[in-house]
Amino acid sequence: MSLRNTVRAFPTLLRVGFADAVAYRAEMLIWVLATTMPLVMLALWSTVAREAPVGRYGQAQFTAYFLATFVVRQITGSWVFYDINFAVRNGTLAMRLLRPVHPLWAYAAEALAAMPMRIVVSLPVAIVAWFVVGWAGMTHDPFLWAVWLVSIAGSWMITLLVNLLIGCAAFFLESSLKVMDAWLVAFFVFSGYLIPIDLFPPRLRAAVEWLPFRFQIGFPVEVVTGAHDRGAALALLAGQWAWVAAGLAATALVWRAGLRRFAAYGG
Amino acid sequence: MAGEPLPTSTPPSGRTSREPSRARATAVASRYARYARLLRTQIRASLLLGLQYRADFVLDATVNVFWTGAAILPLVIVFQSRASIAGWSFGEALMVTGWFTFLEGVLDGAINPSVADVVDHVRKGTLDFVLLKPADAQFLVSTTRLQPWRATNVLSAVAIFAWGFHLLGRAPTPGAVGLATLSMLAAVAVLYSLKTLAVSAAFYFVRVDNLTHLFDSVFDAARWPSNIFRGVVSVVFTFVIPLALMTTYPAEALLGSLPIRSLFGALGGAVVALTLSRAVWNRAIAHYTSAGG
Repeated sequence: MSLRNTVRAFPTLLRVGFADAVAYRAEMLIWVLATTMPLVMLALWSTVAREAPVGRYGQAQFTAYFLATFVVRQITGSWVFYDINFAVRNGTLAMRLLRPVHPLWAYAAEALAAMPMRIVVSLPVAIVAWFVVGWAGMTHDPFLWAVWLVSIAGSWMITLLVNLLIGCAAFFLESSLKVMDAWLVAFFVFSGYLIPIDLFPPRLRAAVEWLPFRFQIGFPVEVVTGAHDRGAALALLAGQWAWVAAGLAATALVWRAGLRRFAAYGG
Repeated sequence: MAGEPLPTSTPPSGRTSREPSRARATAVASRYARYARLLRTQIRASLLLGLQYRADFVLDATVNVFWTGAAILPLVIVFQSRASIAGWSFGEALMVTGWFTFLEGVLDGAINPSVADVVDHVRKGTLDFVLLKPADAQFLVSTTRLQPWRATNVLSAVAIFAWGFHLLGRAPTPGAVGLATLSMLAAVAVLYSLKTLAVSAAFYFVRVDNLTHLFDSVFDAARWPSNIFRGVVSVVFTFVIPLALMTTYPAEALLGSLPIRSLFGALGGAVVALTLSRAVWNRAIAHYTSAGG
């Protein structure tokens, strides 16, 4: 499982992953349609903002915010935990362990390879967003767009690491699907997915800003809709990558501890 | 069950209409008794199965409480800035949330697990074993995987109703509770029918776990009063997936503001949905060719 092997195998893994994403494109489309929550929330908040703006959000700002939310979730989404759970439970993880590439790298490659398809399916929404909102609802600063790209990468990393981490929890719990359920609840509420973070009551907001969820969705969306100036965006970016680092460390630990418990049932 | 006669999908007495109606009535009654007994057995089996995974249970209960809180937090925040939205006050909107919590319990506790089961059966070809059993296949698959723990949702729902009525400063009338119950029955029937339709799709497309996921994500919008939504969204929520019927009607009934016409509409819709989904299920079963392991 040397690094050299992984690097050599990575392009192939990506190709395989991409072929997989293309093969299941209908399925993927359904997954996309299933993430309609931002649009529902958009309809809801629009009704609320019809009479008067909420905080700094009028109808146009809500439109920009939730369309951006949709795109960010699409691009950074990952469901690898499901595959890991499956592999641990029915023992097929043993096959992956036999390969000369670390399974977690392989899973990461799969997730990464799905990205082009994800971008393709979220493109129409992005275009619609651009038509509806125009440049008014988005930042004009190229620097902030650059920050946005990095924040998207960070958000993807956090989501992937959470997936790997919870996937690895299956070593200890037999099935960690419920853990993911619990995570998702917190994620939906505290990430800015349903409610922009700055509409939270002040005290709750202070707590939420320290949690990782906000860096998964809210932060990139806020950057692209121009909620932060350069300094604030960079500070938040540092916070985001601190969570990425923490996630990497935790995943490595849990994987190592979990693998020791792994007994391939069946196989 | 070995001593029982092999049942056919229609009672034998149904074939000739001249037979004495009392014989037919007895046949129907014994059929119901048999299914009631079967249901009891299924629930007991589900309970025992649930008891096997105690860690899951604890987590499940925690997630439940979480979910209920999560359902309410956006509501609280939305209503922070307004006293009423689209004609709903906070207390009134809580009724919708309450019914949503209840219905979610039904969905996750009784409907979704069996859906997942059928999809699995179809993919692996093990549905044969269900079809071979001497009982109605739809009944069997709908009752095999009950999750009695989801009853906690009912408690949460009651707590939410209590909070809502406390804010409104009144209590529901017995009549309103009755109408709300009726309207909830219609909602459950429609929900079950929609899920049955989704499951029937499994016989044609094999992989529909995503379809049910899609449904669940749309269903999530039911936690909001339906008239908040306008335009395309509201059309979808009225005709494709009647969310209004599922949570807003029962909430209005509980508040005593549901037009009786809407209630009859809901009940009629429920009967139509049940009949239609049953027909589609039967067709789908006939289409099933067994994937062969």
